[in-house]
Amino acid sequence: MIKKLTTLLIALAFVTAVQARGDRKALRINEVMVENYSNFVDEYGNRSGWIEIFNGNFAPVDISSVFLSTDRNQPKMYPVPLGDERTNMGKRQRVVFYADSMPTRGTFHTSFVLVPGQENTVYLFDADGTLIDEVTVPATLKADESYARSIDGSGEWQVRKGTSEEGQYITPGGENTIRDTNNRIDQFAEKDANGFAMTIMAMGIVFTALLVLCLCFYAIGEIGKYFSRVKKAESQGIAVTELSRDDHDSGEEIAAITMALHQHFNVHDNESNLLTIRKIRRAYSPWSSKIYGINQIGQMR
Amino acid sequence: MADTSLGDFMLSNLQRFWELTGFANAEIGNFVMLGVGLFFIWLAIKKNFEPMLLVPIGFGILIGNIPFNTGAGLEIGIYEEGSVLNILYNGVSAGWYPPLIFLGIGAMTDFSALIANPKLMLIGAAAQFGIFGAYMVALAIGFSPDQAGAIAIIGGADGPTAIFLSSKLAPNLMGAIAVSAYSYMALVPVIQPPLMKLFTTKKERLIKMKPARAVSQNEKIIFPIVGMLLTCFVVPSGLPLLGMLFFGNLLRECGVTTRLAKTASNALTDIVTILLGMTVGASTQASQFLTPQTIFIFFLGFMAFVIASSSGVLFVKLFNLILPKDKKINPLIGNAGVSAVPMSARISNNMGQKYDPQNYLLMHAMGPNVAGVIGSAVAAGVLLGFLA
Repeated sequence: MIKKLTTLLIALAFVTAVQARGDRKALRINEVMVENYSNFVDEYGNRSGWIEIFNGNFAPVDISSVFLSTDRNQPKMYPVPLGDERTNMGKRQRVVFYADSMPTRGTFHTSFVLVPGQENTVYLFDADGTLIDEVTVPATLKADESYARSIDGSGEWQVRKGTSEEGQYITPGGENTIRDTNNRIDQFAEKDANGFAMTIMAMGIVFTALLVLCLCFYAIGEIGKYFSRVKKAESQGIAVTELSRDDHDSGEEIAAITMALHQHFNVHDNESNLLTIRKIRRAYSPWSSKIYGINQIGQMR
Repeated sequence: MADTSLGDFMLSNLQRFWELTGFANAEIGNFVMLGVGLFFIWLAIKKNFEPMLLVPIGFGILIGNIPFNTGAGLEIGIYEEGSVLNILYNGVSAGWYPPLIFLGIGAMTDFSALIANPKLMLIGAAAQFGIFGAYMVALAIGFSPDQAGAIAIIGGADGPTAIFLSSKLAPNLMGAIAVSAYSYMALVPVIQPPLMKLFTTKKERLIKMKPARAVSQNEKIIFPIVGMLLTCFVVPSGLPLLGMLFFGNLLRECGVTTRLAKTASNALTDIVTILLGMTVGASTQASQFLTPQTIFIFFLGFMAFVIASSSGVLFVKLFNLILPKDKKINPLIGNAGVSAVPMSARISNNMGQKYDPQNYLLMHAMGPNVAGVIGSAVAAGVLLGFLA
């Protein structure tokens, strides 16, 4: 019992330790604006430069106690505070930090600013000082332009002008690529309208998967047969090579041997062929007495 | 308000009650669906067609098609968030019932026939042509690729897989897809024999296959582990189904978890089957179900079954061309490549015995039959990987 409980506790501790939380290593700096004249407004109605962080995990991740910095030598420039539920980022979600040097205004206001007209490097460090991500924003970035990844969490960095043309949107807190349809399905609809390519690819994969499994079990079967031949050869005191490859007992042989053994050990199969008639005496017992099986119904006298 | 008489007060309340009743909210579609539900129950009880599935689905259809005032905020409908039915339906919509069913299937299935004769796995793969044949037809009819993929999986003849995939690719079509898949699975004894007869000669039907070799316990234990690793490395998107299938099988074969295997194959499977069948049935509300798309889905499902069964049989014939004379496969086991376990294997056996009463094909047919389960789960994973 103690052994079982210990195993259960270890398993529980393990599960608790690796519960479904995202990995901070998948956090990415996703979009940066250095000089903000007419763009995103914070909750105080002010405009400042901002930094968007993207959670690349398909699980939530808590970003409290990670650090944002603009100086490699000062990794702990702005620690994201503990105790704010908003730092618990949902899967594939984004948060925006205002680079306004006013950390007293809340969790998402950093202690530094981004300086226009010069290169700004933004660093994202984990709580233990490990660098998670960094980006250097070019000095040529103009006011109200952002520097963003083409696809959330990955893709090339590009300057975005904030116009309505495709690829030029500025999207603080939103997807860098605005999608109104599923690209993959559109591609299949366009390039494989009759489903021929899908059939070829998918059937190829299905056949490959089962063929690999098939070959694997041929191999395992052969290995199993080899070891059983080795055992048989050992029991007969001969070399394995002296046994032919097909030297194994057929199902019929096994059935015959089983029946012979059954007959040999199980004497019940040999009946005495004698019939005896023996009187069985049923002695009286109060336990079997009929009177105890009948309910006595009370009567008024 | 004070001027309202008691009679008026009672009348207005009764009127309000009347507006909540099924009679006041009934539409013709509800009665059609109630008829469908009753038909399913009749099929299950009187004709013994897959009663374990059709009774819960049929009664679920009755539950789901009781008309009520959806604007009254009663929180009783299956699509109303927070209702009891909606909570039960989460297992379907979020797709966690099917993997649990697969756990049970794994714990029930003996893969010995497949391990003893691994080449039978290829028949299970060939039968998946049904899925992709139906996919092409669905595209031609005008369905989008994701909808076509969800509908085509009916050809896998595997209800849980169909529900799992449609919940991911086309949730709005899931009710029709699930009912279609289970209906055709129940009709396997009607659909398959004519096709098997059509594509085989009498000589082929009389082929006797060698008895399968005995499979050691070690091989049975290795199978689910290696099977899971190999198939899931190739198609990780099939992990929920394949992982649970092989896990259930390991519980059965390892010999030290008999209690867990029994629970997985009996109590757990029964509970999930009840909930799955009932909620899938209840999801077929007339407004969602009675659409022209449903007719197409039923047509495509039939096509998928026909193509799958035929391709299994034809593949065996093709395969026989390269096999030595003493190792030929009876093409009557080709239909079992669709994964309707064990119904399609039983049909192979019955057909074989019809032509030669001494020809027992059941154990041979179980090989492609269980390979079909793996094959359809892999195919679902592929579709999910490409289209999700």
